[in-house]
Amino acid sequence: MSEKKLAIISTKGTLDWAYPPFILASTAAALGYETTIFFTFYGLQLLKKNLNLQVSPLGNPGMPMPMGMDKWFPVIGTAIPGMQSIMTSMMRKKMKDKGVASIEELRALCIEAEVRLIGCQMTIDLFDMKKEDFINEIELGGAATFFEYAGEADVSLFI
Amino acid sequence: MADFDQELDARGLNCPLPILRAKKALNSIDSGKILKILSTDPGSVKDFEAFAKQTGNELLSSATVADEFHFFLKKS
Repeated sequence: MSEKKLAIISTKGTLDWAYPPFILASTAAALGYETTIFFTFYGLQLLKKNLNLQVSPLGNPGMPMPMGMDKWFPVIGTAIPGMQSIMTSMMRKKMKDKGVASIEELRALCIEAEVRLIGCQMTIDLFDMKKEDFINEIELGGAATFFEYAGEADVSLFI
Repeated sequence: MADFDQELDARGLNCPLPILRAKKALNSIDSGKILKILSTDPGSVKDFEAFAKQTGNELLSSATVADEFHFFLKKS
């Protein structure tokens, strides 16, 4: 079986959106795909040594709220200070109870499976991020670096 | 299906962990050996079929036992 290639662009830095790139990349690696994820803009948060990913109900009418809160809670209520950390801890608990892996675990599995993790150099410069805040396994590159790989890929995803 | 060489308990784990753990377990056994996997993730039924098809490891059987799913995979 010749090796297939998967290229993913990861652009979001919230707890919920951290899942698709790492789930797909780790699974693809298990299926024998050679896999690369290019992290740009807020996606760079997923490469930090210390992950502190949050999920926000603000501006997200699709998020299921516990105890029917979405029925009686006014939309503006999702902007109350502390709501984000409440929702984040509820989400984390739910994931743990349902046997969903943590982002740390999925990321470690990706690294173990030799998924290439490329951080966007431009984003790092733009937001004055420090290289030492990121895990050591990443490489840095730009759009051309992504296309060098994606041009040969069988599947390319923008997340 | 009763004979197997190694067993993997993936009960309580959700997608994609059963597949990832199975892949890891397959790496540790020789070609032709059989891995038995226990899972409680309903999605794993379709996923193990797809995994077998794409990796060439043969899915010898897939069964629902009470609230669990039991798979036998033969390493290619």
